[in-house]
Amino acid sequence: MSFITRGFSGRSRERDDRLPPGQTLVHDFPVLSAGPTPDVDTADWEFTIRTESGEHRWSWDEFMALDIEDVSTDIHCVTHWSKLGTSWRGVSLDTLFADVETEQEYVMAHSYGGYTTNIPLDELLDGKAWIAFEFDGEPLDPEHGGPARLLVPALYFWKSAKWVRGLEMMDQDEPGFWEQNGYHLHGDPWKEERYW
Amino acid sequence: MQHLDGNSLAGPLAEFFAFDVTTARARCNGCGEVAELARAMVYRSDAGAVVRCGSCGQVLATLVESEDRAWIGFSGVSTIEVRRAPASS
Repeated sequence: MSFITRGFSGRSRERDDRLPPGQTLVHDFPVLSAGPTPDVDTADWEFTIRTESGEHRWSWDEFMALDIEDVSTDIHCVTHWSKLGTSWRGVSLDTLFADVETEQEYVMAHSYGGYTTNIPLDELLDGKAWIAFEFDGEPLDPEHGGPARLLVPALYFWKSAKWVRGLEMMDQDEPGFWEQNGYHLHGDPWKEERYW
Repeated sequence: MQHLDGNSLAGPLAEFFAFDVTTARARCNGCGEVAELARAMVYRSDAGAVVRCGSCGQVLATLVESEDRAWIGFSGVSTIEVRRAPASS
């Protein structure tokens, strides 16, 4: 039997290996926005995927009839906070892209209110991204992107566009809103891809 | 999200401009409104500041700061008018 414990001070010096470099654990949910919070009624909400060959469109009712998944994941904001084990419900991008044929490899996410962000398509598929409409068992609060936001946990959280209304396929990677204004084109938290 | 008025830009931008940006007038290339930046709407968060036209809400300018760099964008401004000090006689 060992009488040596790690103790409080020893433990605090140890780094949680779920935290990417330069990140600090938080327990609240800070709000970051580039403008006013859009008031989007689910009766008016729609989601589109636009490709070189046409447009796929879902109303809120059609969207809610799709396969809905529970998601538990860590999220990492470029402003140095991380939350571990957050709980979401949403529709996988794999489900939404099941009937979408495209040769284009890059995506621009568009939001109600005008926000945009760019993501390579292969980082949205294979269980890596969702359109989420619940957080912690409650409908997603408008300040956090409700009625629905993109959820791409493997990238910094500015890529998880709030108030998402559609995805536009692109031949080439092009910068979205923050990416044009100083933030990294890709945004991998494990590589600290924060800025240009 | 609550916004501040453009006067809140005075401190953050004083480091980068030799004149008082808040009294400069800028033309919004969305609606054409010409107004002092002090009258713009500023949405500040830890990610950066987004300056929006007080008339139409379009993004006029952005300010992003890291520890060693800053990015100042004027994507929605076509022209800035800067007042000169009166010539002394």
